[in-house]
Amino acid sequence: MAVLEEEFTLSSVVLSTGPEGLLGMKQSDKTDQFLVTDSGRTVILYKVSDQKPLGSWSVKQGQIVTCPAACNFQTGEYIVVHNNKILRIWNNEDVNLDKVFKATLSVEVCRILSVQGSEPLVLFKEGVRGLEASLADPQQKIEAVISDEVIKWTKFFIVFRHPVLIFITEKHGNHFAYVQMFNSRILTKYTLLVGQDKNSFIESFTALVDQKFISLTSLSSDGCIYETLMPIRPTDPEKNQSLVRSLLLKAVVSDFKRVTTRDQWSTLVLWGKCVYATWRISVIPYNCEVSSLAGAHGKLKHSQDPGTHVVPHFVNWETPQGCGLGSQNSEQSRRILRRRKIEVSLQPEVSPSKQLLSTIMKDSEKHTEVEVWKFLALKQTPDFHTVTGDTVTGLLERCKAEPSFYPRSCLMHLIQVHVLSYSLCRDLMEIALKKKDVQLLQLCLQQFPDIPESVTCACLKIFLRIGDDSIQETDVSMESVFDYSNSVHDEKMEEQTGILQNGFNPEEDKYSNCDQELNKKPQDKTKETISCSVIPKRAALLNAILHSAYSETFLLPHLKNIPAQHITLFLKCLCFLYLKCSENATMTLPGIHPPTLNQIMDWICLLLDANFTVVVMMPEAKRPLINLYKLVKSQISVYSKLNKIEVSFWELQKLNQEKNNRGLYSIEVLELF
Amino acid sequence: MGEFKVHRVRFFNYVPSGIRCVAYNNQSNRLAVSRTDGTVEIYNLSANYFQEKFFPGHESRATEALCWAEGQRLFSAGLNGEIMEYDLQALNIKYAMDAFGGPIWSMAASPSGSQLLVGCEDGSVKLFQITPDKIQFERNFDRQKSRILSLSWHPSGTHIAAGSIDYISVFDVKSGSAVHKMIVDRQYMGVSKRKCIVWGVAFLSDGTIISVDSAGKVQFWDSATGTLVKSHLIANADVQSIAVADQEDSFVVGTAEGTVFHFQLVPVTSNSSEKQWVRTKPFQHHTHDVRTVAHSPTALISGGTDTHLVFRPLMEKVQVKNYDAALRKITFPHRCLISCSKKRQLLLFQFAHHLELWRLGSTVATGKNGDTLPLSKNADHLLHLKTKGPENIICSCISPCGSWIAYSTVSRFFLYRLNYEHDNISLKRVSKMPAFLRSALQILFSEDSTKLFVASNQGALHIVQLSGGSFKHLHAFQPQSGTVEAMCLLAVSPDGNWLAASGTSAGVHVYNVKQLKLHCTVPAYNFPVTAMAIAPNTNNLVIAHSDQQVFEYSIPDKQYTDWSRTVQKQGFHHLWLQRDTPITHISFHPKRPMHILLHDAYMFCIIDKSLPLPNDKTLLYNPFPPTNESDVVRRRTAHAFKISKIYKPLLFMDLLDERTLVAVERPLDDIIAQLPPPIKKKKFGT
Repeated sequence: MAVLEEEFTLSSVVLSTGPEGLLGMKQSDKTDQFLVTDSGRTVILYKVSDQKPLGSWSVKQGQIVTCPAACNFQTGEYIVVHNNKILRIWNNEDVNLDKVFKATLSVEVCRILSVQGSEPLVLFKEGVRGLEASLADPQQKIEAVISDEVIKWTKFFIVFRHPVLIFITEKHGNHFAYVQMFNSRILTKYTLLVGQDKNSFIESFTALVDQKFISLTSLSSDGCIYETLMPIRPTDPEKNQSLVRSLLLKAVVSDFKRVTTRDQWSTLVLWGKCVYATWRISVIPYNCEVSSLAGAHGKLKHSQDPGTHVVPHFVNWETPQGCGLGSQNSEQSRRILRRRKIEVSLQPEVSPSKQLLSTIMKDSEKHTEVEVWKFLALKQTPDFHTVTGDTVTGLLERCKAEPSFYPRSCLMHLIQVHVLSYSLCRDLMEIALKKKDVQLLQLCLQQFPDIPESVTCACLKIFLRIGDDSIQETDVSMESVFDYSNSVHDEKMEEQTGILQNGFNPEEDKYSNCDQELNKKPQDKTKETISCSVIPKRAALLNAILHSAYSETFLLPHLKNIPAQHITLFLKCLCFLYLKCSENATMTLPGIHPPTLNQIMDWICLLLDANFTVVVMMPEAKRPLINLYKLVKSQISVYSKLNKIEVSFWELQKLNQEKNNRGLYSIEVLELF
Repeated sequence: MGEFKVHRVRFFNYVPSGIRCVAYNNQSNRLAVSRTDGTVEIYNLSANYFQEKFFPGHESRATEALCWAEGQRLFSAGLNGEIMEYDLQALNIKYAMDAFGGPIWSMAASPSGSQLLVGCEDGSVKLFQITPDKIQFERNFDRQKSRILSLSWHPSGTHIAAGSIDYISVFDVKSGSAVHKMIVDRQYMGVSKRKCIVWGVAFLSDGTIISVDSAGKVQFWDSATGTLVKSHLIANADVQSIAVADQEDSFVVGTAEGTVFHFQLVPVTSNSSEKQWVRTKPFQHHTHDVRTVAHSPTALISGGTDTHLVFRPLMEKVQVKNYDAALRKITFPHRCLISCSKKRQLLLFQFAHHLELWRLGSTVATGKNGDTLPLSKNADHLLHLKTKGPENIICSCISPCGSWIAYSTVSRFFLYRLNYEHDNISLKRVSKMPAFLRSALQILFSEDSTKLFVASNQGALHIVQLSGGSFKHLHAFQPQSGTVEAMCLLAVSPDGNWLAASGTSAGVHVYNVKQLKLHCTVPAYNFPVTAMAIAPNTNNLVIAHSDQQVFEYSIPDKQYTDWSRTVQKQGFHHLWLQRDTPITHISFHPKRPMHILLHDAYMFCIIDKSLPLPNDKTLLYNPFPPTNESDVVRRRTAHAFKISKIYKPLLFMDLLDERTLVAVERPLDDIIAQLPPPIKKKKFGT
């Protein structure tokens, strides 16, 4: 379990808390440091950015902490209550909680409340006192302001530099809100009137301070979010006033446990299995993910470890139909102008989509196909995303259950609607790999942005292993391949016949043999390597691999598992592409969506990195390796020439600058406007 | 607005000294910078990066190390073998102490700030105790074979790492003995170099030592076992400096190729707790060696041979997108090195060890905006005045009549009388300077050249009467009791009745010169004064602050003028406030009382107080002359700030007469041309 606070999540695994979980968490006087109290005996001071505890204090065996530790922002000390009545105050230097300041109070303490800029408060089961006042006479009698009501929730904050305490009590299912102003010592009690649904109970509260109102938001167990407005300055404090809750949002996904607010953006955050934030009327779903700096740098892409499998949420938040609520009394309607209330429907209607799902689960492959096709034709339905996701999940489930069921064209169509990703339907590629469906795999590689390296490599293995005959039968997309066999090279660069002797003599170079060989018969060489070692359809598949995203660290181990003859084949193919790339001046390949020079180079390097010792022993790999070596050598010599040219240009530029120098002294005319 | 003939001067052959060390003080958010000529400058990063203090250099004093200790105390050590402490109030050197270990190459203050460690030429590491008013030698650590080039304390203060030639030693502070010796690989790209110099070390709290060396490597060592953990080859040349953030989650290194690399401690994968150091960002803001780097909480600071001081903010650490989020490059000092004699059209240039006097040329031609006029007489170099002794010049001034030149070093004050006979100049030194005129921070002559005002570093202001070839001490305004703050800026009213003086932090004091008493003190302002001047006739004191605010204070009325209040009420244009160089000179037009002339390094501005102030919607700077606009439109869009950005970098601008300006520029290319050539880097095939 995790304790959810507004800006971060602390996992109890990291904190190694007791079995009962956490009692609470409070900010310390330093930003970034939090006091975490577990339900047993321990208080831990935790530094969030370092993800490590700075200090830990425990009460004696047999004692139990009964309310979460809080920080006194005025003194920097920490306060905790154990065994309901015993209050302890200590600071960072103290080691043993047993030896620190102790006060035994007369009444049971419900909560210690603390906020920046004010003295902490001690909230007793029946009333409230300032900390100093409580400590001055610990045994004083606390007059009861609450009688046999249970305090459910509290919030303590500063309004116009004055501390204000709100607490909500419950008695027989009725809720009461108390607002205590400390500047005027006025306590106002409100009765919260329950909405329509009597069966639901309130799960969580949160409050936000407006200009004149305290806006109390409550989340009920049926997923409804209600808002209640309370005036900060009560009109008649003596009278018990009633407040009506108005429905703000109805979320049908009802697994939310908490609601919190972000003041600066008047955002509501709903916490459940996944997190949803609402801003005014739009709803944005978030999956909690641990952020990482590494993710922001370089090509690092994190591997998803199977334990934290994210449940796909095909939730459609994009339906902004403003269906207002039926029962709104006159008081509310004034506020409608200020704050629109929208019911967000999360559940697709029973109609066609459910029907589609049942078809998927039962009917024949052919019929399924027709139904899916019909659905896709209607594309612009509001719950399109949801149904697409559910359909794919349904289809894949059935594929796994019945090995003979494989609605290939259905899946192909669904992939092409651009709403799926690898992490949303992991089984899809797994099944395609099992079925050796290269066409589907190619489509996945092209469409999904988040394929892990292991799967990419598995695809590569299949693309290299599968026989030419079976590839010919498939209908893979050929847009990344330019067929060289039936094209005439018009744009070949003019072959250089002699070597310019401008301060550089390649004869002196000790690797000149290779250069000479390269220079001597360039025609032969191109003829020799121009023939690609793979058929165009296989090339198209391999290009899909070259285009896919990866991180070297995670790809390298998988590349080592490819058989040697396949490595050689792939290497030859890459060398061919590289040569083709280097042939023209722009260093690009022809075609609609060809792999880039960098992609080719990176893959050559990766492949050699992973398998060099294997490749170097193979006679058939010798030719491409030597070719690569020669190419690199010739490029080094080109670069050295370029460097020399650059220096010459630089000198020329310098000369030019000197000429343009305006002299050290002049008298000019300036007019200011 | 007016047409001017501008003498555009580019023969001020000023080359700033290269930066040798920087030291960042987190407590006060100040940066100390030492240059190769021994000058030490203090930049206040909170006050818009203003260079608020400086300590003049010395020929024999090559500062190799600079550090803050005991909170706000600044120490330096250098190749003359001395450790020095600077007095940041009185702006002088408190004391210098020989460490008796030969030239000092490195220095580090202990994490608690109470001890100082120096690394010497003879291989010794010496520990000094910092006492309230001095430092005291405590003991030597085990002597090493060769010079100690870098030092770093473990944050707990129990161990230190010392970088030497070919190896790094780890010492136990308690026993003073070497615990480990880690040999650095000499290999460089497969070729064995003669020596591998460990230019910098950093000791982290987890026991990791990071070293940077002359083979271009950044290496991570485990100090517990003395083993190499990881090595990054980052440059083809020396890596010369390293600085670690206080949180130890990021560090910065500078190379001889002018590149600065940022390293960060990041998780290996997003959800793992295992972290590794990753080279994240390279920055190329320098052309030459980056001799020193510093890491403030929000920025990487670097400086080196190319004389620029560069602040590169870390965008992820900058909370709001304000002007702190912009890259800053400081090249020129934030004070005036030039003074001018209007009567004789002379310019006096101040260099580290000499003064140059030039006479401006003349022309008879006229032209329209933008024209370059043919010269009837070129500018003349009249005088080259070399200082005696090894000390740098602190300040200098030429009198408005051109007959007097005064300058000061740390220990001597010089006054010369100039005689002009046709084309010949004769120079005569006024001897027998009184003892109290030993060292001046600022010198100023009155408009009629009969009085000389000297701000001494003891906080006193002296008034000297000049007549004929002699002088007479008239009065000294002593600093208020209890303060020793030095006065850095002076301004005198053209009628000679008022003298304004400003220190580094307290407000501006205005003295009545006739009655020889303090007249008033301008209310203190949070940001230091960068320039001030008193307007003729009205005796309004115009003060520019480092946050780009300009105030006008009426001396006779002892209050801010209505115009100044209006400006404060409306606020300056946002582009005006975003300029990143301070105003260094203010002057006035003798015939147009509504005009204030001021300039920074990149613009020259005439503020016309009679015109409405620009608001944020108006165009502050319009480089194009108005074309075919009706008078009505022009009048409606005209605002008080008339800006010209033609001359830059502008070191000095003043009004010679009603229609003539003089502008002294120092193009960066000319400075670069005088620096040693940078390391050649290949553009292709790397």
